Amino acid sequence: MRDWRFWLAENRGTLVALAIFLVMFTIYVSNHPAGFTANVVNTAANKGVLLALVAMAQTMVVLTSGIDLSVGTIFVLCNCVASHLLLVSPLGTIFGLLVTLAVGALCGAINGVLVIFGRLQPIVATIATGAVYYGLALWLRPDPGVADDFNGDFCDLFTGKLAFGVPASLVALTGVVLIVWAPFSRSALGRAAYAVGSSELSAYMSGAPVKAAKFSVYVLAGLLAGIGGLYLTFLTQSGEASSANASSYTLFSIASVVLGGVSLFGGSGSAIGAIFGALAFRAIGDLLFVFNIEPLWQPLFQGVVLLASVSIGAARLVGVRNRLELFG
Amino acid sequence: MHAASPLFAMEGVSKFYGGVRALEKADLVVLPGRVHAILGENGAGKSTLIKIMAGVVAPDEGRMTLSGETVAFASPVAAQAAGISCIFQELSLIPDLSVADNILINAPPTRLGLIDRARQRELAEAALAKAGASDIHPRTPVKDLPLSRRQLVEIAKALAREPRILILDEATSALAAADVAQVLNLLGRLRDEGLALLYISHRMHEIAEIADDCTIFRNGRNVASFKAGDKNDDEIVELMIGREYHSVFPPKPASRPDGERPALEVKDLAWNNRLKGISLTVGAGEIVGLGGLDGQGQRDLLLALFGALRGVAGEIRVGGEAVNVTSPRRAKSAAFGMALIPEDRKTEGLMLPMSIGDNLTFAALDRVSRSGVLDARAERAMIERSVQSLSIKISRAEAPVASLSGGNQQKVVIGKWLAAGPRIILLNDPTRGIDVGTKQEIYGLLRRLADSGAAIVFYSTDYAELIGCCDRVLVLYDGAVKRVLIGDEITEKALIASALNLGVGTEAVE
Repeated sequence: MRDWRFWLAENRGTLVALAIFLVMFTIYVSNHPAGFTANVVNTAANKGVLLALVAMAQTMVVLTSGIDLSVGTIFVLCNCVASHLLLVSPLGTIFGLLVTLAVGALCGAINGVLVIFGRLQPIVATIATGAVYYGLALWLRPDPGVADDFNGDFCDLFTGKLAFGVPASLVALTGVVLIVWAPFSRSALGRAAYAVGSSELSAYMSGAPVKAAKFSVYVLAGLLAGIGGLYLTFLTQSGEASSANASSYTLFSIASVVLGGVSLFGGSGSAIGAIFGALAFRAIGDLLFVFNIEPLWQPLFQGVVLLASVSIGAARLVGVRNRLELFG
Repeated sequence: MHAASPLFAMEGVSKFYGGVRALEKADLVVLPGRVHAILGENGAGKSTLIKIMAGVVAPDEGRMTLSGETVAFASPVAAQAAGISCIFQELSLIPDLSVADNILINAPPTRLGLIDRARQRELAEAALAKAGASDIHPRTPVKDLPLSRRQLVEIAKALAREPRILILDEATSALAAADVAQVLNLLGRLRDEGLALLYISHRMHEIAEIADDCTIFRNGRNVASFKAGDKNDDEIVELMIGREYHSVFPPKPASRPDGERPALEVKDLAWNNRLKGISLTVGAGEIVGLGGLDGQGQRDLLLALFGALRGVAGEIRVGGEAVNVTSPRRAKSAAFGMALIPEDRKTEGLMLPMSIGDNLTFAALDRVSRSGVLDARAERAMIERSVQSLSIKISRAEAPVASLSGGNQQKVVIGKWLAAGPRIILLNDPTRGIDVGTKQEIYGLLRRLADSGAAIVFYSTDYAELIGCCDRVLVLYDGAVKRVLIGDEITEKALIASALNLGVGTEAVE
């Protein structure tokens, strides 16, 4: 009956991320002038969910020991697509939703093909495709704006509060976890993705579906970044090819993944951890506002907290006895 | 059981890599309910044979039959589906996944498309029980298990596929004696259940204990097949050697200068349970060989001397002074004067995209610079000296070192270290994968270096090199020196016998 211990060990990264988030969020709300109110929570949730979705996307690729530098631009591209297509008519809304998500998945699929069949390193392939996706976003929205018959009421459904003040965005995020992450992580394909990240050679020698697993993580990463872009559209009810958004979301997604206990070497961690990592990262960033410290300090403060949490992950290298392993 | 109907047979199977023959016209008959041992030296063709059976490589010619029907395997998966499971030398487990995940990695039980964790756990527990390892918790991450336990998980993984033929390639090489006994016990039980087992091991006593049939490979051919017990250890060793060598080695000095202060002394060196109390001395002008089977601690010993390992216990003396070598940078400093010609020239020896010249001067930049600034003229002179003295064949020194042939690349690695003027030269299998001509030049060079006063420690997997080059050979087994062979005692027979930790030939030291 040592099962709970194994469970604890398997989910250590996720639990640590949850703890960091709870601590940071508690400090945040207890010092917030308005206190722990539904509005404060809702605002925080809306901001947090955006990064959480992009961090989930990043997790997919990182699990296979790759990295996706195009998640931020897919996020922005899908925002631009949705700002054109989410139209008032019911059919228009559904069409807009589906096309936006399809664009996200397609972007991911292109990354996957380049990495698997083009044999490009993930970092190189996604820097290049990221630039292309951003170019498309600029082409779609040279200036910020939105379609004339944009369905704003539909968007409000996803950003407001439900019964008991529960933020709709958190419910939607839970839905995404249940529909995308839960089945994937428990499928044979998901298992193979972890195996590829841990040791691609062993995975191949064991007869695991290496290529299918890699392809699926890129497609899912694109899809999740697309859902993020959709959510950005719900929130801002506008489309903008913002290069600042694209690059900060890409970088913050990596930070969230690390905070969330997902190994950048691949093979371990979970998207749930990355979600908590993202929420914690947002809470850390917002802390300064409630303490009335100048926003100028935000990047420095965020950086220090991030550095501290990453250092914990590097502590294992202290125990290495064959120095050659430090370079493996 | 009637022994007449073979489960698996191989007829005239050959495999060539480029022009090199790895396996030539090999025949093999595998019977159900028997343990078939495959013997041979490193590079005799055993691994190729197994890889062909396991579907990792395709044979160039020949025929394989399984239960009388001709078969060909396109991939490891195809071979597994046909009932041939292989446990490779390099473990195929995935470190971050749990034991249960690993055992059922290629066919996890699913319900509605999702992995059925409860069922998976049952299956994994059943497989572990079959492998006699029910004490391993199926949720343990593989990376948390010691090597010996991992090996049992590897066996459980193979058994979960319900194979008809189980191939074990050096499956016990990483195990301690108690664990080996457990594995052998298990194999005996599996044989009694009617499984055919192919057992590759260098450990003769294990083969004597478990094997029913034996086949010996040499130079890619099978030279003998017989029932276990029909030949004694002596005859088996003879069959494994049985080849001639040309005299490519320089003459050894008639007698070594005695009474001189040793250049390198090592006392009770121990590390991480891989080196177990090694003591040795190397005099200036002496070439000391390290022998034994691959992976008995020779590499670790060289790395320990060169300061690449942490937590090394014991004493190292250089020129009579006790020293503490904490990094390769210290080791190569003028005070110690060590050089290590590494095992893998592509990753540890050379910076492939950089030029030949940059590589040649890299270990001795302090000799061609003044207050940290490189002197281009001195650098050029050093490059020229190295190229000439080692007769490296290059078009120009600015070309990337990757453009050279393997033998010339190895000369660059050696030249790079000689430029630093080392007094203690450690070599880790320096002639692997290079042509005979270059080998001969390297042998001559080693002797010249020794004659000019260098102390040389030379690890080689090629017994002929140890015989031809070394004044003394230390045979390592399981991280300790098992025997010291001096001068005429260094024979192939003595090397193999002591490498296998047998008492054949002469009585053991101790």
